[in-house]
Amino acid sequence: MARSLITLPVSVPRGQVFTVRVLLQHPMEGGFRVGADGRVLPRDIVRRFRCLYDGEAVIEAELFPAIAANPFLEFSVRAADSGSLLFVWEGDHGFYQREQRSVVVT
Amino acid sequence: MRLLGLLLAAALLPLLPQAAEPAGDGRRSGLADMGAATQAMQRDDSRNPGMLWVLQGEQAWSRPAGRTSGSCAGCHGDARQSMRGVAARYPAFDAALGRAVDLRQRIALCRQRLQPAAPEPAESEAALALEAFVAHQSRGLPLAPPADARLEAPRERGRALFGQRMGQLDLGCSDCHDALAGRRLGGSPIPQAHPTGYPIYRLEWQGLGSLQRRLRACLAGVRAEPFDWGATEWVELELYLAWRARGLPLETPAVRP
Repeated sequence: MARSLITLPVSVPRGQVFTVRVLLQHPMEGGFRVGADGRVLPRDIVRRFRCLYDGEAVIEAELFPAIAANPFLEFSVRAADSGSLLFVWEGDHGFYQREQRSVVVT
Repeated sequence: MRLLGLLLAAALLPLLPQAAEPAGDGRRSGLADMGAATQAMQRDDSRNPGMLWVLQGEQAWSRPAGRTSGSCAGCHGDARQSMRGVAARYPAFDAALGRAVDLRQRIALCRQRLQPAAPEPAESEAALALEAFVAHQSRGLPLAPPADARLEAPRERGRALFGQRMGQLDLGCSDCHDALAGRRLGGSPIPQAHPTGYPIYRLEWQGLGSLQRRLRACLAGVRAEPFDWGATEWVELELYLAWRARGLPLETPAVRP
């Protein structure tokens, strides 16, 4: 299980825009490098990231081989109702990671 | 005259202030030589990728392992209290081994002697994560090498190594990091080589790495054959570097290009 670091405020006033930062531990091997044995290292990247706010997609991102290891994303969300933010990363070789955080709207 | 100075410095060593260094002596962390983007990445925990390893280390801290099914937390309790300031004192003398050990080796010894479990291999994710977690507890504290007489001889050997020219390029550490610090080598800033942020997240490595790995890269850079992994020379060099950086605050996990 990969590790992730998700930063968001614990509580936000209704209607306010807040910042969410997500950092995921992943090698993002581009598929072009040669390993110590002379073979090309197979591509192993995160291809897609989604964030759902109470089931509604607030951001969807496609990731590509030229993105550095441990991809970091920052985006803004407008606070509507108290609820949960669901973070989903999908990638090569069946990589799948989901994390959930709750946000309190005051 | 220089030798006399060295001897004098060695004699005065235990008398030196351990915590605060007089401000404005010109010594600065490598962070000061980095670009604004790298500095921002290190200073904000939500952007610093090194925090991923700290997080992993935090989980390992309370995970039982070995025959006794003990965990680090079982003896040491809350790392935020028990490990505060520990990393700032390493490398330190290990009485049972009769030589100096660095923080990674100390953690491995603890695992081997008390849990007892097979130590994580050097430079493995697990070893780096635990070391990063322990060192992170001392963030902001000044490096305080212990005034231990048994460390003086290895530290002096480290000092000699620091000045010794080696490799096909015939360069010593001090040729760049003392004489040319603050200038550039092939576009990259030359820092003063203070080990204040290890294990560090290096963008070039795309991951976390130890001081030993960094030192190996410098040795390979002057086209010298690096010492073996775990060789005593590394710890001697680390001892001298820690003393050279005494008083500078710890930054683990630091970010460097």
